[in-house]
Amino acid sequence: MAEIATQRRPSPYWLLAAPAVVMLLVLYAAPIINVLLLSFTDPKPGFGNYAKIIESDTVGRLIWTTIRLCLITTVCAVTLGYIVAYAMLHALHHVRRRMMAILLISFWISVLVRSFAWLMLLGHNGLVNNALIAMGLIAEPIAFVRNELGVLIGMTEYMVPYAILPLLANMQGIDTRVLCASRSLGASGVQTFLRVFLPLTKPGIIAASLLVFISSLGFYVTPAILGGGKVQMIAEYISVQLLVTVRWGTAAMLATLMLVCVLTLMYVLNRFMKLSTIFGGGAR
Amino acid sequence: MKQSAAARINQAAAWIILLILIIPSLVAFPVSVTSETYLSLPWNGVSLQHYRNLFSSADWLSSFFQSAVIALVSSCLATTAGTLSAIGLWRISSRFGEAIRAFLLLPLMVPPIISAMAFYRWWVPLGLIDSYLGIILAHTILAIPMVLITVSAALANFDLRLEQASRSLGASVSTTVWRIILPVIKPGILAGAVFAFILSWDEIVVTLFISKFSVFTLPRRLWNGMRENTDPTVAAAAVVLICITLLALVAFALISRRKAGDNA
Repeated sequence: MAEIATQRRPSPYWLLAAPAVVMLLVLYAAPIINVLLLSFTDPKPGFGNYAKIIESDTVGRLIWTTIRLCLITTVCAVTLGYIVAYAMLHALHHVRRRMMAILLISFWISVLVRSFAWLMLLGHNGLVNNALIAMGLIAEPIAFVRNELGVLIGMTEYMVPYAILPLLANMQGIDTRVLCASRSLGASGVQTFLRVFLPLTKPGIIAASLLVFISSLGFYVTPAILGGGKVQMIAEYISVQLLVTVRWGTAAMLATLMLVCVLTLMYVLNRFMKLSTIFGGGAR
Repeated sequence: MKQSAAARINQAAAWIILLILIIPSLVAFPVSVTSETYLSLPWNGVSLQHYRNLFSSADWLSSFFQSAVIALVSSCLATTAGTLSAIGLWRISSRFGEAIRAFLLLPLMVPPIISAMAFYRWWVPLGLIDSYLGIILAHTILAIPMVLITVSAALANFDLRLEQASRSLGASVSTTVWRIILPVIKPGILAGAVFAFILSWDEIVVTLFISKFSVFTLPRRLWNGMRENTDPTVAAAAVVLICITLLALVAFALISRRKAGDNA
């Protein structure tokens, strides 16, 4: 009897997970669901908020701007990330360690400080414009920031490390003998890269693109600082809806769209590459 | 093996990209010591006046203090809850356990703006808006996934037979966790604590929504400063913010180096 009782009792290890699980259920999952439901109930029950996607020019343009900026960021960050990951793959051990350290630092430097730094560098009276004028290369300051270009520079720079980690994890799993075989069968270096290596890194490219795109969707700080109020993405619009005009319904609708999009893509990403594989490399 | 020209170009391009990832972030360092009163490089002389302003301002000092308290407390809480759940999920390892793990990683995946909305709306009836407790709880929740990931990585290398030996020799679960598992995975836990600390120390989006006047963290004051004026004091504050983050990362590097030494 006693033995059956101990077998039926849930493993005591469940109790260890309980504090975090309960905390997240009560103070995180419940509040999120609470907010998402507002999209169907505020200001009046129904799908009125969702109709705005088609009816309201503002909302439609906002969604389009966000998707467009995120796509451009993804292409730029993954391309730059590929160059770095490829170099890291072939770098000597201690060089790669140094490169990894730089990635780790850039990964953790506050997004606020980085956006501010770009503002100081590229602003109207910024260091770059002043230097170019002093050298006599330009007469008028170039508008790098307070426009889409500024937002793209800031977002891309922030996202490159996110692109590198999955790409590197993927590249490190490639059997180098395949490349040697290609070379020994007479293919040139360029041919080997384009016809053998590049196709083998397709899962890495897809995983990196998804990760960068997902993370870009919610960008708030960078567009707010580098867009100078002229480039509005969904996150900033949500904050205006909540803190200035106090329209929870529209904000909740946009949040629901964003969350559904993020979680769906995250599910797809997880099929290509486990999240632990991506971030495991960064933590080491 | 001789490096080809293409490989050398690739290496050079990679270094340029890597440098662009960190050099611009460091521009606050020279700007913070300019002798001018506007944001500029210190061509006309170096001065510590902006640091003097920073450290003699009651507002900035209270923000440093508040951010430090919030980051320390929330990283302790997140490390405790995250470590316990990592150990629990590691031993359960079932399909349901994996679902719970995915659930605990949610705060990392959900865009911060959505977390901010959710906390904002939920904290009002609970009376947690603009309070230490409200921000600490929010930061703890956001940091739990970081700890879970780091500690799980440490547990992946843990020899399961140690745990089985302890249990079969009659030790209870709590004794096994306390005396056998925790000492072995200590480096992973410390690394998780460091990441949780940085996460809270830097956090801005959620803080913007759930704090107003009485709690005003360092990132919050920086945010206001960089949107309102072009005073180099803001650059000096940014330098302090980065330096604390860098110190935390150095601590992480030392922890992981010692771990590598232990294994060797």
